[in-house]
Amino acid sequence: MRGDSILDRIDWTVVLTYFAMIFMGWINIYAAVYDEELASDMFSLAYNPGKQLIWIATSIVLIIGVMSLDYKFFDSFAYIIYGAMIFLLIAVLLFGREVAGSTSWFQLGSFRFQPSEFTKFATALALAKYLGDIHTKMENVKTQLIAVAIMFVPMALIVLQGDTGSAMVFAAFAIVLFREGISPIYFIVGIGLVVLFVLTLLVSKTAIFIFSGVVCLVVIGASVKHPRRILVVVLVAFAIFSTVTSVDFLMKNVLKPHQRSRVISLINPDADPLGAGWNVTQSKIAIGSGGFFGKGFLEGTQTKFDFVPEQSTDFIFCTLGEEHGWLGSLVMIGLFVFLLIRISIIAERQKTRFARIYGYGVLSVIFFHFSVNIAMTIGLFPVIGIPLPFFSYGGSSLWSFTTLLFILLALDSKRMQVLTR
Amino acid sequence: MNDERRHIIRLIVILMGLVFLVKLFFIQIIDENYKAAAENNIIHKEVDYPYRGLVYDRNKKLIVHNEPIFDLMVIPKEVRIPDTLAFCQLFDLTREELEAQLNKAKRYSYIQPSQFVKQISNEWFASIEDQLVDVRGFYPKARTIRGYDYENLGNVLGYIGEINQRQLNADTTNYYRSGDYLGITGLESSYEKTLRGKRGVRYKMVNVRGVDQGSFKDGKLDTLSVPGEDLVLSIDLELQRYAERLMEGKIGSVVAIEPSTGEILAFVSAPSYQPSVLSGREFSVNYRALTQDSLKPLFNRPLMAMYPPGSIFKIVQALIGLEEGVITAKEQVYCDNSLIGDHAPPGYYDVRKAIMFSSNNYFLKLFRRIINQNPELSQFEQAPIGLQNWSERMHRFGLGQPLGIDLPSEKSGQVPDPKLYNRIYGTGRWKVSNLSSLSIGQGETLLNPIQMANLAAIMANKGHYYIPHIVKEVGSTGYLDPKYKKKIDTGISAEHFPVVIQGMQDALSGTAGRAIIRDIEICGKTGTVQNPHGEDHSTFMAFAPREQPKIAISVYVENAGWGGRAAASISSLLIESYLRGEVTRQWLEDYVLKGDFAG
Repeated sequence: MRGDSILDRIDWTVVLTYFAMIFMGWINIYAAVYDEELASDMFSLAYNPGKQLIWIATSIVLIIGVMSLDYKFFDSFAYIIYGAMIFLLIAVLLFGREVAGSTSWFQLGSFRFQPSEFTKFATALALAKYLGDIHTKMENVKTQLIAVAIMFVPMALIVLQGDTGSAMVFAAFAIVLFREGISPIYFIVGIGLVVLFVLTLLVSKTAIFIFSGVVCLVVIGASVKHPRRILVVVLVAFAIFSTVTSVDFLMKNVLKPHQRSRVISLINPDADPLGAGWNVTQSKIAIGSGGFFGKGFLEGTQTKFDFVPEQSTDFIFCTLGEEHGWLGSLVMIGLFVFLLIRISIIAERQKTRFARIYGYGVLSVIFFHFSVNIAMTIGLFPVIGIPLPFFSYGGSSLWSFTTLLFILLALDSKRMQVLTR
Repeated sequence: MNDERRHIIRLIVILMGLVFLVKLFFIQIIDENYKAAAENNIIHKEVDYPYRGLVYDRNKKLIVHNEPIFDLMVIPKEVRIPDTLAFCQLFDLTREELEAQLNKAKRYSYIQPSQFVKQISNEWFASIEDQLVDVRGFYPKARTIRGYDYENLGNVLGYIGEINQRQLNADTTNYYRSGDYLGITGLESSYEKTLRGKRGVRYKMVNVRGVDQGSFKDGKLDTLSVPGEDLVLSIDLELQRYAERLMEGKIGSVVAIEPSTGEILAFVSAPSYQPSVLSGREFSVNYRALTQDSLKPLFNRPLMAMYPPGSIFKIVQALIGLEEGVITAKEQVYCDNSLIGDHAPPGYYDVRKAIMFSSNNYFLKLFRRIINQNPELSQFEQAPIGLQNWSERMHRFGLGQPLGIDLPSEKSGQVPDPKLYNRIYGTGRWKVSNLSSLSIGQGETLLNPIQMANLAAIMANKGHYYIPHIVKEVGSTGYLDPKYKKKIDTGISAEHFPVVIQGMQDALSGTAGRAIIRDIEICGKTGTVQNPHGEDHSTFMAFAPREQPKIAISVYVENAGWGGRAAASISSLLIESYLRGEVTRQWLEDYVLKGDFAG
């Protein structure tokens, strides 16, 4: 039997991957704001790379704190942590500071704090706690509704803050529900509706109506002897009709103007190249100009000359893509895929449902951030301001992802204790 | 029971990674556009325009130079106009025009400069500079336009103008950019490559706000502009100016050539225009006025006007006849008015006398002999053979085809050949009598004034010529296209020339008495070209002095009556001026300048 020290039981593969990502992230934050004339000041706390070093150092303190907590702490306190975060989300709505159109920050002196970031692991914990209970059955509609409610409450509060991008992350917990056995019909319908929505923006409504109408009629004609099937087809037809007709309403009344223009600019980046299309165009130019090997460390011209906005936070991938090329991107994407698979493996080897579900919660959040962030920088998804985990500059985000991940490692390191009891 | 779903989740994760890598592969490796876009983003290309080459006359007098002007450039992102009204007044714009101009610039680029007002003279700019102090976003960009030291040589020099879309498409070398200037006509066009020099480029890095970030790669990729090469023309500016003065108020042309080199000494297309009117801001107004002028001042007559040559053509007939052996120098032919109307009195004529008196009947008989050299055949059979041979002889004189002068738009003139008459009369249905008018330089033969002058040079050289050219030397090396140094032979033996030349010299006392200059032996030939539309055209070609000729000249004056008057007088004055450096016959000059050739 291995020693009892936590250092022996921790999953070092994940820890090393984590530090590799943090290091790559810092390198790119350094490059993103690098300026030859200020080179000597780069470690000064006035600049992002210097500050990021502090966030990294404090994250390590955080890791030690999380790892030293008793494994039962997270289980026992899951709802309390969740409740506290919901409270903070309400408080920030009332007393928060408005930054760039969203009131999602508390300001304490020069220190800014974004509760929505920490709601992610709180929600993962609450979900794990609820679904992990041996009495809950995923097939029950009540269970499904409560699980969705746990996701929906913080989501709604964050939407109210005006931070739609961060709110969308909570939808990613659907992956957890999927793993725990919810019917795949929900996903098929959900994905179908999204596809239909995009199609409506791309091709004329009449074409969709005619095409789906013809298909429905053919299917109905082929299933005269199965009245139940006809009913399903009619329902599907109705769903298609209402989705397509509601797209305009959604675009005009639900989406804010800047969100609408982001959706439109994704479909047609040239529509407004200096406005809504600017970020994506410049981001793609920066990444695309990297080539196979990249331009080299600190040689990126696009990011250095400020063509890409928010290049050390949400668009940090541009710096990497430009300076390290396809090869650098391969390494980065490889690390993410590796980490996510590893998290899945860790989750699956847990002895408790609580720990497994939490593991998939971690996977959901990181996967969502990773996919949406990269997809938006390369023009596959509308621009949504969410950070790239472990890479983007920023204390709240680094702390939150660190906590999220290391709670899982803490639970994992003690999985044998569960067995021995 | 749902444990298998982990595989689906892992698969989705891996697939997402693959989708990203494939998409990245496309934008980073396959699609080159992003690299180009990145370059354009950060690198401003600043064109360093070279000085256009200068133009001198043969005595190194400066004719064309460059004058500095400004284009006012605008960067829309930086524009701040505190007082729109005052600003509009400054540039004589309405508010709407200002808006339209700015919108056009914005459409081009927010951060890259584009032209706002073109061609502001130094003086004008100095006068408005103070008022631009509070205005942001506009700055002057120095350029040059052509400046002229003499208002002569309009059609020779040509003008430069902004390149149009068609020319841009035609530019296979990819040298020009939209907005560039290039030679449109005249020397500016034919020597465009020499004159334009080589454009330089400076690469500068800028950030998104267009703020200068220094030179790109320490200027390693920058190229300096190379100034265009200067041209030394063969034109004698004094002779040119005198010729232009003599042609004032007349329609026609003067071409003078140095026979021993083919260098063009004077080249007048009358009426012409002052070259400076097609340089600078007033270009479009002036250009429209010139194109609408009924006297067509933009028409380059020496190269483009095609005239029947008239009697000056007879000397070519004489030479061909002698060379073909259908007549000898001594042979006496009796001529009266039986075949064709004639100024020459009836009597016996030989070659010399026929030229001296310009005997129509003699040359008609000679032409018949040239055409009908095969008595065993019918006249219908002989005519195509004879005419073919004749037109080939004509071509060797540089007639009926462009000579190859170094100016654009040279016309070929027209020398009839059997094909032409087959078309008119039908194959095998014409004979020499259908061609009679050719013998005296009327009919279907058409020559350019430059070809007539070249004919004079051939006479001066006794059988050969150099392609007439207007540029004597290019640049510091004194380069001259080898084709202008090549002696071209007409295929007429030198032995046949003296008698014809003697005829030409005698002709002065025969038909062109006014052209005689004391102590200078001029050999010339008048022509009076019948003009069905009005007064006859007056033409004269000559060379002088008879021994070691220095100048060959042709003058063509439309509607000025017979050759002995206007054309011969102008030729004579120009020859005197060129050879002596002064004109002693004030009365003749007055006669020409008065322009009334009725008496």
